[in-house]
Amino acid sequence: MSERPLRADSRLERVLRSGRFAVTAELNAPDSADPEDVYRNALVLAEVCDAINATDGSGANCHMSSMGCCALLTRAGYEPVLQVSCRDRNRIAIQGDLLGAAAMGVKNVLCLTGDDVTVGDQPEAKRVFDLDSIQLLRTARIMCEQGVFLSGRRLTTPPRFFLGAAANPFVPPLEYRHLRLAKKVAAGADFIQTQYCFDIRIFREYMRRVRDLGLHRQVYILVGVGPLRSEKAAEFMRTRVPGVWIPDEIVERLRKTPKKRKREEGIRICVEIIEQVREIEGVHGIHVMAYRQEETVAEIIHRAGLFPRQARPGWQRPRRRDTSSPQLGRVK
Amino acid sequence: MSQMPEARRLPGSEWLKDHPRILEWIYLRSKAVLGRLYPWMRRLSPGWTERLFVRSEEWVKGYLFNCQMCGQCILHSTGMTCPMNCPKNLRNGPCGGVRADGHCEVIPEMPCVWVQAWERSSRMAHYGEEIRLIQPPVNRQLEHTSAWINMFEGIDARTPPGWVPVELEIETSGDP
Repeated sequence: MSERPLRADSRLERVLRSGRFAVTAELNAPDSADPEDVYRNALVLAEVCDAINATDGSGANCHMSSMGCCALLTRAGYEPVLQVSCRDRNRIAIQGDLLGAAAMGVKNVLCLTGDDVTVGDQPEAKRVFDLDSIQLLRTARIMCEQGVFLSGRRLTTPPRFFLGAAANPFVPPLEYRHLRLAKKVAAGADFIQTQYCFDIRIFREYMRRVRDLGLHRQVYILVGVGPLRSEKAAEFMRTRVPGVWIPDEIVERLRKTPKKRKREEGIRICVEIIEQVREIEGVHGIHVMAYRQEETVAEIIHRAGLFPRQARPGWQRPRRRDTSSPQLGRVK
Repeated sequence: MSQMPEARRLPGSEWLKDHPRILEWIYLRSKAVLGRLYPWMRRLSPGWTERLFVRSEEWVKGYLFNCQMCGQCILHSTGMTCPMNCPKNLRNGPCGGVRADGHCEVIPEMPCVWVQAWERSSRMAHYGEEIRLIQPPVNRQLEHTSAWINMFEGIDARTPPGWVPVELEIETSGDP
């Protein structure tokens, strides 16, 4: 993986290339038109991770767009990962958005299928799914490498992206999930962020299959982790959030914990899982998803021994004068 | 997609789909016979031929596979399970939302199309490996046209002009 030239020269890419254990974290997009709300959420993540994922209507619920969040983040010198889901936009909109994102300085893109509209708060909406996640990944790769739209029309300046894809090793068909990963790698994925890992056994088995195909040498794999607040939160996640698998042992462990120490126990479980996945060959980093508890991310990363991150090594002041830059002094 | 495909289980169709080798055999025979007949039929009356094919596909594939008439059939590459029955129209494998019991995220009573597709393709003799191919974006203009005719005319093999296919080494014995 190390011989080829840098895809996009993003901070995340450089961290992974250098062989360091990467940390990314998910930003909860606000239900607000105020940029301060984005910066407030980003601030607690920025110093403890290498890139910040801006979700694209996660759980099919409407929030500020990934595009909007990324625009704000790049302006302030943060390193975002633009999440693009196939649920809401057709190929025309997506290709246009990719160009727009690249122009704003976004260098990492995560290509997703997307949760279905029926799980969100507006189930009566029309689902799009014009492309699927692999076709989206391929389209982005073609735009970068061939410098054309899907129509064949030439781009004056092609974008440069470090391209990511998602993987869920924890749901059926378990014995074929690694083949889906192989497809994503063939389509052009540079890095993978997985669904929440709570079942280390299933993950080990998955990684064994991934290594058998040699995929761990072709793609960087970041394992999804996150803290559980209580057994109720765990129960909610495994029944209502699509694709989340939490084994009974973990729910049971939280149930047995006294109420005051549940939050602490959730963090401890998360840290234990990080320590275990770090030992697995082919794992290159973690992706922390702490829905509505961003303040715990720093603690988790610190306790897992992944701190300090190098403080924004990739950040450079934009060369051209940027008249629209935010007043950083106001961010608290 | 105009309507949500339902979790249909018609008599005989599930049994047949669980025996993909039979369907594979039928496909290969039909391809050989129809491929010979089609040029003659087209010469006689293109409009009539088109109508006949579309109607037959709506009936036969509709009954067997709950065909959504996308006009670019890849059934033999997806374990004889129609990927357009996936509510998200995924043609390259399952999404991450499959339930622990192997059922669909969107329609809980329907088994995930791709769980069935992988399992069935592993039991196919000729085209089983083709499930590993990367399928190009769907041409929505072909909806409600005949997939057989599109195949004979080479229309279904056309990809968007900018599309660059991924070369994968797979073993397909193809036509016996």
